[in-house]
Amino acid sequence: MSLRTTARALPAMMKVGFAEAVAYRAEMLVWMLSTTMPLVMLSLWNAVAADAPVGRFGQAEFTTYYLLMFICRQLTGAWAAWQMNYEVRTGALSRRLLKPISPIATYAVENLAALPLRSLVAVPMAVIALFAIAKGTLASDGRYWALVPLALAGGWMITFLINIAIGALSLYMESSLKIMEVYFTLFAVFSGYLIPVELFPPFLRAAVEWLPFRFQVGLPVELVTNAHSFPEALRLVGVQWAWVVGLGVGTAALWKNGLKRYAAYGG
Amino acid sequence: MRRVLRYLRLFWVQLRSSLLLALQYRWDFLTDGTINVFYAATAVAPLLVIFSGRDSIAGWTFPEALLVSGWFIMLDAIIDGAISPSLLSVVDHIRQGTLDFVLLKPADAQFLVSTQRFHPWKLTNTAGALAVFVYSFQKMHRAPELVGVLTSVGLLAVSITLLYSLWILTVSAAFYVVKVDNLSYLFTSIFDAARWPATVFRGAVRFLFTFVIPLALMTTYPAEALLGRLETSTVLFSMLGTAAFAAFARLVWLRSIARYTSASG
Repeated sequence: MSLRTTARALPAMMKVGFAEAVAYRAEMLVWMLSTTMPLVMLSLWNAVAADAPVGRFGQAEFTTYYLLMFICRQLTGAWAAWQMNYEVRTGALSRRLLKPISPIATYAVENLAALPLRSLVAVPMAVIALFAIAKGTLASDGRYWALVPLALAGGWMITFLINIAIGALSLYMESSLKIMEVYFTLFAVFSGYLIPVELFPPFLRAAVEWLPFRFQVGLPVELVTNAHSFPEALRLVGVQWAWVVGLGVGTAALWKNGLKRYAAYGG
Repeated sequence: MRRVLRYLRLFWVQLRSSLLLALQYRWDFLTDGTINVFYAATAVAPLLVIFSGRDSIAGWTFPEALLVSGWFIMLDAIIDGAISPSLLSVVDHIRQGTLDFVLLKPADAQFLVSTQRFHPWKLTNTAGALAVFVYSFQKMHRAPELVGVLTSVGLLAVSITLLYSLWILTVSAAFYVVKVDNLSYLFTSIFDAARWPATVFRGAVRFLFTFVIPLALMTTYPAEALLGRLETSTVLFSMLGTAAFAAFARLVWLRSIARYTSASG
């Protein structure tokens, strides 16, 4: 399981993952349709902002925010928790464990390999958003844009690690899908996915600051919509990567200990 | 008549086995109960954000919009407790080929698959919905009229039929595309929009939620009925539309099941 074997296998795994994504394109379409919530929220907020802007947000700002949010969700998606639950229950995890590569790496590659196909849908939308509707509501300072790839990578890492952590919990209990549901509800409320974080009332705002969710999808969008001063933006990206490291350590421990309990039923 | 009685008896048998199963997992009552309270809270939280700083949005005041959320919580509980568990297992049956065993039984297959699994503990959240109704009417300093209550209960039956038919359509899709684990996910995420009064939406989204996926009928109309501002003609049209939709879903189910070729087995 050395790093070198993993690196050597990476291109081939990516290819397989991509082929799989193409094979199950209908499934992916369904998944993408299920992430259209930001667009519904956009319609809702547009009605709210019709009379008077809400905080900093007029209709144009809301449009930019939610279109970017939709794109961001496509690019930071991971679903390893569902895979792991299924594979632990059916024993299919055994096949993964036999490979000379850490299963976590194989999950990561499978989840990442779906990105090109998803971007195919997300990127045209991004172009429309940026050139047609969002003029004047986007950050003009290039430094913010330079942070975006880092923030997106961090966002994906957090989402993926939470997925692995919850997936690993299924090794301790029969099924952790219920926890996944709870996680998703928390995510939807506290990440800025449904409502921009800055519109939260103060007491909820404090909760947001201490939870990982806003760093998953909220932060990249906030960066390019003038939500923060540059030093503040830098600090937030720093906090985001601290979360990545913390979750990485915690998840690794959870997975390692959990694997000892794996009984490989079915198989 | 004897047919109806037979199916009622069958229904009871199916329900009883689910109840017994639920009693075996008594602790789920606590975990599901806790999760339910939490869901109800997160269903209301976005409303708090939107209504902070303004009294009404598109003609809905906070307590009125809260009623819509109440219906949302109620229907969500019914979906999770009575509709989706059965139909989700159909998807598994189709993929594994075990649907054969259901089809071999001398009763209607749609009936059998729709009643095979209930999660009674999840239904506890209907109580949460009732609490939201009470709170909301208390905030408005009035009580709903009897006619309104009766109409909304009637509409509840309509909504359940509608949701069930939507589920049957979703499951029918499983015969064609097999890998549909995430269809339920799609369903819940679309249904999520039902927590908002449908009249808030504009343009295409409004059309979508009124006619294509009639979320308006499921949560907004019952809330308006409770408030006593729903027109009788709307109720009648809803009933007719739902009846037609249910018939359509039944037809699609029959056609889809004819395509079933049994997997591995």
